[in-house]
Order: sequence, then C-alpha cells, then structure tokens
Amino acid sequence: MNWLHDFILPKQASTLSGNIDNLFWFITAINVVFFALIAILVIHFMRKYRRKSENEVTPHITHNQTLEIVWSVIPLFLVIIIFFWGFHGYVNAQVAPANSIEIQATGKKWVWQFEYPDGMRTLNAFHVPVNRPVRLVLSSEDVIHSFFVPSFRIKKDAVPGRYTEEWFTATEPGVYQVFCTEYCGKGHSDMLAKIYVDDEAAYQKWLLEGDEEIKTMPLPELGKLVYENKGCATCHSLDGTRGQGPTWKGTWGAMHTMTDGKQIKVDENYIRESILEPQNHIVQGYEPIMPTFKGLIRDREVLGVIEYIKGLK
Amino acid sequence: MAHYAPGENYLNSPPGLWSWLSTVDHKRIGIMYLWSILFFFLIGGLMALLVRIELLTPKQTIMTAEQYNQVFTLHGAIMVFLFIIPSVPAALGNFVLPLMLGAKDVAFPKVNLMSLYIYWTGALMAVGAIVLGGIDTGWTFYTPYSTSTGGAVSLMTLAAFVLGFSSILTGVNFIATIHKLRAPGMGWFQLPLFIWSMYATALIQIMATPVLAITLLLLFMERVFHIGIFDPKLGGDPVLFQHFFWFYSHPAVYIMIVPGFAIISEIIPTFSKKTIFGYKAIAFSSVAIAIVGFLVWGHHMFVSGQSTLAGAIFSFLTFLVAIPSAVKVFNWLATMYRGSIDLRAPMLYACSFLLLFSIGGLTGLYLGAMSVDVHLHDTYFIVAHFHYVMMGGTVIAFLGGLHYWWPKMFGRMYNERLAAIACALVFVGFNVTFFTQFVLGSRGMPRRYYNYLDQFQPLHAFSTYGSWILGAGLFLTAGYLLATFRKPMDAPANPWGGKTFEWETQSPPITHNFDFDPVLLHGPYDYRPAKPRENEPVAH
Repeated sequence: MNWLHDFILPKQASTLSGNIDNLFWFITAINVVFFALIAILVIHFMRKYRRKSENEVTPHITHNQTLEIVWSVIPLFLVIIIFFWGFHGYVNAQVAPANSIEIQATGKKWVWQFEYPDGMRTLNAFHVPVNRPVRLVLSSEDVIHSFFVPSFRIKKDAVPGRYTEEWFTATEPGVYQVFCTEYCGKGHSDMLAKIYVDDEAAYQKWLLEGDEEIKTMPLPELGKLVYENKGCATCHSLDGTRGQGPTWKGTWGAMHTMTDGKQIKVDENYIRESILEPQNHIVQGYEPIMPTFKGLIRDREVLGVIEYIKGLK
Repeated sequence: MAHYAPGENYLNSPPGLWSWLSTVDHKRIGIMYLWSILFFFLIGGLMALLVRIELLTPKQTIMTAEQYNQVFTLHGAIMVFLFIIPSVPAALGNFVLPLMLGAKDVAFPKVNLMSLYIYWTGALMAVGAIVLGGIDTGWTFYTPYSTSTGGAVSLMTLAAFVLGFSSILTGVNFIATIHKLRAPGMGWFQLPLFIWSMYATALIQIMATPVLAITLLLLFMERVFHIGIFDPKLGGDPVLFQHFFWFYSHPAVYIMIVPGFAIISEIIPTFSKKTIFGYKAIAFSSVAIAIVGFLVWGHHMFVSGQSTLAGAIFSFLTFLVAIPSAVKVFNWLATMYRGSIDLRAPMLYACSFLLLFSIGGLTGLYLGAMSVDVHLHDTYFIVAHFHYVMMGGTVIAFLGGLHYWWPKMFGRMYNERLAAIACALVFVGFNVTFFTQFVLGSRGMPRRYYNYLDQFQPLHAFSTYGSWILGAGLFLTAGYLLATFRKPMDAPANPWGGKTFEWETQSPPITHNFDFDPVLLHGPYDYRPAKPRENEPVAH
C-alpha cells in the first residue's frame, strides 16, 4: 500500500508525521466503510425498489428505535476515538522538547526571514541538523502568514504583534518545502522557503562556512546581500541621506573625523574593524550605537561588504 | 370566497411590472428572489470557471496575480452572501413555506418585500464594490490584511452588512409564520420536515447574523477611522476578528446546509411514495445542529495559536455535531427502503445529494481531528471538503428543489430526459473537479495560490477539465428550464403525488394560494391507501 501513501500524502520526514498519518488512514478506513455502505444501499434501493406501477403500496414504517440507537451510538463511539487520537497528536505537536534549537521565523510580504540564536540570519532557507528537535518561534511584520511544512505535518500561523511556535525533529536529511498558507496578497503563492536537513557534520560545516552560494557568489553581490539581510540598511543609507550611521555612498577612501579628533581614512582595515569592533572609533556627530557583528558574520561576508562599499561612488 | 377565472394565477394577476415590484405576495417575492440569486449563481459560477482556467498551468495562464485574487474573492463572496444563503430560504422557502402550512401568505408580507429590497440594495453595493476597484481579501476578510489592502473592501463590507438584514428579516418572518399561520389541525409534529428545517435555519439567522453585522461594522470602522480593534499596529488583536467572524460564519454553514436537508426530506418520501423514517429524529436533529453549531467555530482556528484547551473543546463539539447529520442520512436511506422509487429529476438530485453530502460529511472527520487538521488546514483538502458540503450538499439539494417545485412555480413541466442527462453531467463533473482537490490538498497544495509547484500541475489540470463538465451540466439545466417558457402551461396540480399542502392547489397557484380553506386530514408523508372517512370536509 506504499504507493497509495505516496500518492495521497507527502513523504514522512519528522517524528510527528507517523502518528498523524496513522490517524489519517484510520479515518480513511472508517470513511471507506461508511461511504461504501451508503453508496451500495442508495444504488441497490434505486434499482430494487424502482417504481413498477403507479398503484404500488409501500409499508408504513415510521421508525425503529433499536436501529436508530445503533446507528447513533456506533458513529458516536468512533468519533470519540478519533477525537482523543487527534487531541493527543495535537498536544504532542504543541510542546517542543526543552533541548530544541530555537530559530526565529518572521514572515513579511513575501519572504521568510530566519534568525539563529547567535544572530545569524538567513532568507527563505535555513539549515537544521537531522534528529535534533527544532523550535520555530513565529511572528510577522505585516499581515498574518502561516508556516506549513507538508513533509513534517506542521503548520502554524505567524501573527503580527504576538509570537506563536511550532516544532519538529527531522528524521531524514534532504530539502523540504515550506509554503505560506495564510492568504497574504499578491505574492502569497510565491512566499516559499526551503528547509535543508543536514547530518550533524554537514550542519556544523554550514554553520561555519555558510551556503554554497555564499562561497561562490561575486563579492559585491554578497556584500549587497549582507547589507539587506543583516540589518545594515536600517542605519546606513546608499544614497547619501543621513541615517543613524554614516551613509555608505562615497565613503570609500574618504577621511572621517572621529569623536576623539583622530582623522581616519576609510579602507579595508577600517571597514573590517567597524564591523567587528564598532566601538573603537565613532565618527563625529554619531551615537555609539552599532552592535558588534563578531561571530555573526563570516569572513567572506566581510570581504563582500568591503567590495560592495567600494562600488558605491 | 373570491372567484377566480380559469387560467388566472399569481403570475398573471394582477399584471404589470409595478404590481410585481410592489407586491406583498410571498410567491412573487420568492420568484423575484429566485431570479436574483440565479443571476448571481451565474456570475459566481463564471468566476469559478475563470479561477479553474487560470489554474490550468502554474504562473500566468489568463490573468495576473492581482486579478486572480479578486476573482477568487468575488467567487466566494458572491456565492456565499448573494447565492447560497438566500437560495433555499428566501427563494424556494418564500414560495413554498406558506403553501405548505396552508396559509395565504407569510406573517409579515410587507416585511417580506422589504427584505427583498434590502437584498437588492446589498447586491447593488456588492456590484458597486466590484466595479469600484474590487476586493482581494478572500470572502473571510481576515485582518490585518483586509484593513491594510486597497480596493473597495469598505463598500463590500457594508454590502455584506446590509445583506445580513435581509437574512434576519426572512428568519423573523418564517418563525412568526410557522408559529401562527398553520392550517387547522396542523400540530408541530404534522409539519412537513421542510418547515422544521426552515425553523431551525431561521433561528440561526436571527441569532448569528447580528454578530456578523457587528463584526463587519467594526471592520469598516477599523478601515475608515482606525479605531484599533483588530490591527496590532494600533493595539488591536487580529485573531479576535477570526473569533468574531467564525462565530457567525460557522453557524452560517448551517444556514446554508440545513435548508438542503429541508428539501431532501421532502423529495425522498414523495418519490419513494413512502412515509419518512424517523420523523422526530430528523426534526430534532435539525434543531440540535442549529444549537450545537454555535459552539464549534474554533475548529477553523486550530493553527491560529488559540489555546490548546479551547481547541480541544471545539474539536469535541465538532464531532458531536457530526452525529445528527449522520443520523439524517441513515433516515433518508431507510425511507427509500421498500419504497416505490420514481427516478425523476428531483429524486436523481436527492440520490446525488446522499452520495456527495456523505463524502462532505465524512471528510469533515479528518478536519475535526486536531492533529490531522494541522496538516490539511488551508490546503485544497479544505476547498474540496466545503465544496462537497456547500455545492454537493446545498446546491445539489437546491437544484433538486428547483426541479421539484418548478411545475408548481411556473405551471410548466421540463424535459425529463435532458434533466437526467444534466444531473449526470453535474454529478460526474463535480466529482472530477473536487475529488481531485482532496488529493491535491493532502499532498500539501495550499489554497488561494495563484502560482504553484510543477508537481501539482496534472491534478490541477484534471480538476479544471471537471469544471468544464460541471459547467456544461449547469448550462444545459438553464437551457431546458428556460425552454419550458416557450410552451403553454401543462403542469397538473400534483405531478409527483406529493402529500403536502402545496400540491393541493393548482399549478401555478392563485394569488391567495387556495380556493378552499385547507384543513389537515393526514400527515405530510402519509402514503397509506386512503380509508373512507366520516365527515369528509368539502375541499372546494
């Protein structure tokens, strides 16, 4: 019957999916029996009792208490079993194990952002290790979205102004599709993401080095990605407007006066230091508010930012 | 008693357009409702065909994402608010309910006319909303999407608000009519089951619709005045909207399906020539569904973050409300047992109903089970499930009722052979379209998707082909029903051998319904051979 399972349901890839699928097939079995019963009777009665003459007399059967009790109690008994089974599975899916890896998943039109406990952020894709529980803390920046992973049999709404959560333990390495399942406008059907389930070694390697993409992408493009994803854009503009921090436009090679009066030229070393030790030198007229990105940014990403800034004339 | 010339009936006397627009005759109001809802059924149906054509391929097939979002929203909003909710009660119910009671009219004829004008006002506002920018919120209007998107959402909200009043007025009228205008001798347990179901429906309409009105008004004020009830940016709670919305809209599911039960309970005894099995069980189960149906709304919100305990209670009550529906199906089957079954068009629809509604009900078991619902929620599985209940249930029953009372309403018989072919096309087309969607959904295809992964394409295409078969069946139905107007009236008073009062007057009835004072002589489904009676009242 495996072919039937594969036709009807997605691959099982989390510790939750087995129990849910068993209930699915239990209900299916009940449904097939009841539907077959009803369909056979309808068709049988349509043929057997089809009117043969206008004067046919039918028996006057108004009710049958025994029969009515039987056909009320049997379904009642069955649905109570289904209720408890479904409730049990649901409760399991509500409470994440205490040792879960926590990942923040934030929906906004029409992307998913993920943030690891160490501050590392990814967009529309993230990696998790196989056989370790992962707790997703969901929220939204605009309208309601919903985070659905068919192979894990999990789904939960991401609601603006509050946190919701869901969890899973992936049982098999692979790439798993994420859908947004709460209608959110024009890009709703393109609000997709992927979960990469790695074995432990590959996961540790990914944590250190990042995606293949990060390793091969041209540096200026990588810098632009970092600018957009790591929050640089919040304070540093690209068009010369003054933000919380100095604009990046035309800053390459310029001389800046620091709060301690020192003159510093913007070069590779200054940019690297500003990312990793931002409190060392503060440009005059700005507050010392930039957090350090030490441990949150990979070496190649720093190089990318440097090359990106070079291009912003 | 007034005297009627031969050939005089409610359709032709008094004549003239104004006599129709100012009429207080429940039959004329029912007929005007009927043409109005059929018009919107056509519009909503064409939109459904457009949605299916767009989904023939991933990405763009015939329209943009914005257009698609508007079309599926309007399909849902039109079908729910302008077609299904008024279909059986306001159109067919208005026509037959007083006739079945042996009454001359509803209790408040002018209120009845007012409800029609309110419906037309709401319908015009809805059409205005479509013309003035459209809406793309889905028929559910979930916040904060609905408070932040552009288009004519405010006008559409007000339209649904206004339409609610027409629904409430119909409900009030029916309850008063059923209490006060029954023919002499007609106690509560001699009422046709159609009346019991209409009574249950009216109760829900009166109790639930005001909540929708309040919700939509709050939504309107949120959009226009930014009062901060639902928008988290203003300190509101978007999930509160879902509670409010489903507090109405789940009972509204019963406003839509219980009238379907009403029709099936009439058709099956008539065409089986046999008394209904378990009269009281069917009557009380309608009322039970109406009451318990108020307490299950949270089953739409198992993944919204609502508390697990609340979810568990909603899930349990959802399973309880499944039992009376199952009991009804068994009762109808038992009515057919040893009957004398005449497979005319209404009965073909009733048999289709039994099969399709059973699938709709049984697939609800997956969705009531919380853990399985998490996987299926907001996928095509849900779309398939509610179409099996709303279309396979209510619309199929409505079509059965339309064929059942068409001779009574218009005095004309339709072509039985074409009706059987159309019914078969509808049945096959419906299953090809929507059964496919169960599989799409369980495989993970989310609903309200303009674009989709290539892996879903074959099933989507199959579903679209089904919609063409379904469309062909419905257009054929429209064709042969309209063709009946080309020939003279030929319907006898009682073409099917029905036992309820509406079959005792001519087809179409005279303006005052009966040219005698109806007195109840037998139960509504009493097919026992007539015994000689003493004091036989004169029926003319």
